[in-house]
Amino acid sequence: MERLVRMLAFAFAAMLALPGFAQSPRNGGELVFPVPSEPPSYDGHREETFGLIHPIAPFYNTLLRIDPNDKSGTKAVPSLAESWTVSSDKLTFTFKLHKGVKFHDGSEMTSKDVKASYDKIIFPPPGVGSSRKGQYADVAAIEAPDAYTVTFKLKEPSASFISSMASPWNFIYKADILAKDPHWYEKNIMGTGPFTFVEHVKGSHIVGKKNPNYWDKGKPYLDGFRAIFIRDSASQVAAIRGERAHIQFRGFSPAERDSIVSTLGKKVTVQESPWDCILMVGMNHEKKPFDDKRVRRALTLALDRNQASKSLSKIAIVKEVAGVQVPGTPYATPPAELAKLAGYWPDIEKSRAEARRLLKEAGVPEGFSFTFTNRGVPMPYEPLGVWLIDQWRRVGLNVQQQVIEPAAYFGTIRKGDAQVFMDFQCGYIVEPDLDMYKFLSSDRNPANYGRYKDPVLDALYDKQSHAVDFEERGQIVQQFEKRLLDEEAHYLMTLQWHRIIPHSAKVHGWTITPSHYLNNTLDTVWLSQ
Amino acid sequence: MAVTPETLRELARAEPRPGWLGVVGDFVRRRPLGTIGAAIVLAMVFAALTAAIIAPYDPLETDYGAMLAAPDAAHWLGTDAFGRDVLSRIIYGSRTALTVGLGASLLGATLGSLIGVASAYFGGRTDLVVQRVMDVFFAFPVIILALAVVAVLGTGAGNVILAIAMPMVPRCARVVRSSALAVREMPYIDAARAEGFSNLRIILRHMLPNVMAPILIMATAFLGEAILLEASLSFLGLGVQEPTAAWGLMLRGAAVQFAESAPWMAIFPGLAISLGVFGFNLFGDSLRDALDPRLRAQ
Amino acid sequence: MAPYILKRLAAMVPTLLGVALLIFLLLRVVPGDVVEARYLTQGSQFQSQELMNQERQKLGLDQPLWQQFATWMAGLARLDFGLSMWTGSPISEEIKLRFALSLQLALMASTIATLLAIPLGILAAVKQDTWVDYAVRVFSIAGLATPSFWLGILMILVMLTVFKWMPPVVFTPLWVDPWDNLAQLIWPALAVGYRYSAVGTRMMRSAMLEVLREDYIRTARAKGLWLKLILTRHALKNAILPVLTVISLEFAFLLGGLVVTEQVFNLNGLGMLFVEAISRRDYTLTQALVMLVATVFLLVNLGVDVAYAWLDPRIRYR
Repeated sequence: MERLVRMLAFAFAAMLALPGFAQSPRNGGELVFPVPSEPPSYDGHREETFGLIHPIAPFYNTLLRIDPNDKSGTKAVPSLAESWTVSSDKLTFTFKLHKGVKFHDGSEMTSKDVKASYDKIIFPPPGVGSSRKGQYADVAAIEAPDAYTVTFKLKEPSASFISSMASPWNFIYKADILAKDPHWYEKNIMGTGPFTFVEHVKGSHIVGKKNPNYWDKGKPYLDGFRAIFIRDSASQVAAIRGERAHIQFRGFSPAERDSIVSTLGKKVTVQESPWDCILMVGMNHEKKPFDDKRVRRALTLALDRNQASKSLSKIAIVKEVAGVQVPGTPYATPPAELAKLAGYWPDIEKSRAEARRLLKEAGVPEGFSFTFTNRGVPMPYEPLGVWLIDQWRRVGLNVQQQVIEPAAYFGTIRKGDAQVFMDFQCGYIVEPDLDMYKFLSSDRNPANYGRYKDPVLDALYDKQSHAVDFEERGQIVQQFEKRLLDEEAHYLMTLQWHRIIPHSAKVHGWTITPSHYLNNTLDTVWLSQ
Repeated sequence: MAVTPETLRELARAEPRPGWLGVVGDFVRRRPLGTIGAAIVLAMVFAALTAAIIAPYDPLETDYGAMLAAPDAAHWLGTDAFGRDVLSRIIYGSRTALTVGLGASLLGATLGSLIGVASAYFGGRTDLVVQRVMDVFFAFPVIILALAVVAVLGTGAGNVILAIAMPMVPRCARVVRSSALAVREMPYIDAARAEGFSNLRIILRHMLPNVMAPILIMATAFLGEAILLEASLSFLGLGVQEPTAAWGLMLRGAAVQFAESAPWMAIFPGLAISLGVFGFNLFGDSLRDALDPRLRAQ
Repeated sequence: MAPYILKRLAAMVPTLLGVALLIFLLLRVVPGDVVEARYLTQGSQFQSQELMNQERQKLGLDQPLWQQFATWMAGLARLDFGLSMWTGSPISEEIKLRFALSLQLALMASTIATLLAIPLGILAAVKQDTWVDYAVRVFSIAGLATPSFWLGILMILVMLTVFKWMPPVVFTPLWVDPWDNLAQLIWPALAVGYRYSAVGTRMMRSAMLEVLREDYIRTARAKGLWLKLILTRHALKNAILPVLTVISLEFAFLLGGLVVTEQVFNLNGLGMLFVEAISRRDYTLTQALVMLVATVFLLVNLGVDVAYAWLDPRIRYR
């Protein structure tokens, strides 16, 4: 009897622990979510802000997508393409399209539209902006042999190709419209997605309503959605707390999560994940003494990452100790291996002693003063800036902070006047090709603000990029990481961002991933009573 | 008396009238509010000068074991998100407030009065052109000017002083010009001209000293405002930068984030700003009341 | 009267030209442009100089400065503000909704300021140098000394913790739902109105003191006329105009300068748009906003002067 009670209790607890368990999706309701930034235009191929993805992605589909239920955000699954095959030389990918997919204007979506959309992305006509064509450098040609088949021909095998086809930006547009005006989609919305466009009031909101003819039968569950533009995060929190909105898809800080949970209690579900964004410190290799790798190593050795992971995670949106890949994803270096890199050692005293020794050896005097350039963004740049300066103070470095206004920031550090500065990258899919591109030599990548050239590092990058074997690729990624962060210490990582989404417990069918660009089609989302 | 918009506008900004010597003793007795203001100002100056002695902690010392600690015996006003002592940061913050406040009002008043006096002295076309240029700055939104200055020159105390002084220049110039117009008609200016003194010398030696009273009153009135502007700019992230202790900066970021669970982070620096500005305004207000013969109590 | 107004309107033109030139040059001196804001700030992996140059060309940013200025001026002359560089939509469309909000907020705050300033100023003047006078002055100077962003934080904190209530987060125009609209705007209007009443209270007190000292009032007092009568009939009439003047002059500032307050209360007004436009280096939009605020400022000034000239013939042909 007692056992039975315990079992029942356990089963009950398990039901509570898994939101959505034993419930079937309910139709109806309008999902309301604040978006911290408003889209400049509607063209996903051109823009780079999540402010476009959140309100606009529900109007479109992509060829493949990242599995909406996969927490690692790395698994590509079919969407408009119901299946794909790859040739034995790994150079030809063939996608079979769903039949009967209709655009919102009633016309049928065929291979012609997929080809036109990808041609615009990879081979844009003059005057048409395509932000991420660099991701498809390996693609030689796109063909549409019949109405429901699309083939991509590559120049070289590419380990990241399938993931790239699931890019959340690559909305499929209608070929006839693109042929008439390649800029049409900047000002208009017309896709195949689960929702159709209702209105956009500038500075206020975007509304979408259920697409009754959606090709994936039974979906979407929602009657519609309302994306409201709220710039200030305190007001976004207020909207969730006041139950005026269900969810904000970018992420909240720990303090904001706590205030939401303390007001709403059981009416809120919290999902957390490492976030594929990281702030790193760049050191200008053209400025003395940062041309000396001993000095650069000292700067990374001074940081107590393990302690910061506990303390800073209470006040800022950072948490996981990480290398070049998001912890918990397939190519991430296991913690035990990571702890061998400079600045990741478990013993901080030993690490700081080594930092002081290296500084002395490099001829940097005690109390040496330099300027750290930071970007004027409150979260998490500012707390991390305070932390870095404090950590460096502990190895005898006297650091001043110069803060540059966000819009001018990268333009300024691009010029190469800064000594040591904060740098940033954010990924829309967790993929070594994307996450490591940043660190290539300055002649290959204009976004290398550290201004160094390292052919060895470049060669490692190219090797992993074409390594189609998982194990082999993983090893090369680790070699790359060791060279970048330890041996040469070209850049140093702070902590991985940490994404926190506290949302109304009424929201179901949505899973957090490491990227705030992913999983915003909303076709699987539903609201309980 | 004809109340023209021109005089009113000046009255609204500051009402300069000469002849203020010998009022100080009288002031304390007859102006209790002004005396309270003066006391607050003195306390602030004292805190700024002796910060290193009276502050219980180093304002930069972080303590990750005491993050967001509530006020207690060890930390009278609690700690911030990095475990830094709030009281110590407020005490050190008075240095930033006074430096920027004094610097900006001095710079603004100096530039403004030079322009005002010169404009009145030369008169004619020069005066007209200067007035038009001042009009342009008047019509220009203050915050945009400050944003632009900081964006071009970067953050840091010096640039913040400049950004705050800029909008003060045209206001000061306008008031000083109207006082200087009267001075220009004085016989001794004509005499100085007859002596063949250079324009610069006449402006600096003969005109400027005679409009000193309104300038000083304007500068006092600016001080409170400058401190407030400094706090606003810091709050917007455009002022001095971490880890420097500054009141407006203390209200930014974590103070807002933790407003509910750690309200001391938002309350005390805000109080410091209010009290400081309040002190300067109270003092300046009473000073002007006392000095302006039209408003002197019968 | 008409020639005077025309003359004043004509005098606005060079000032506005100066403002235009100043903002035009300032924006070009500030580092960064809209293309960098769009393509360098999101932490994305691929940067293309080619793409950025192409965008600059499209926006006319590669043209010589004088040509860009001339294009802008030609547009302004036709009252055409052009397209926002960030969104590509007409600027009038971008501004419309925000303008309604800012205008309403400025009107509400000015009203609150007036309603506070006039009675408090009279009270302080009549009871000069008593505790009532002191209390009024402490109250109004405290308003001037309290940073509006801090007051805003405290107000929101109190509403959340004490009343467990949050004002609406999305702006609803007055004509759509007056209740929702007021529930959102009354708080910032109070915070701002209180602050700006301080200047008015001070003016009212000074003007009132001055008027109370004028000969005819003294005579009236000596004759034993009822104080209240003096206040309403003679003094008030002369003292109230300057207060209205000061408050209307502040109005132009309220329209475009509430950057911090709008941020604290999350109001999507002109102040916030200003900050957004600058932070994106949206030259055309920033320029349009500056011109708008400057024009309103000059028009309010003109309005005040005309009102005076109308009321007081002595200064009409100054």
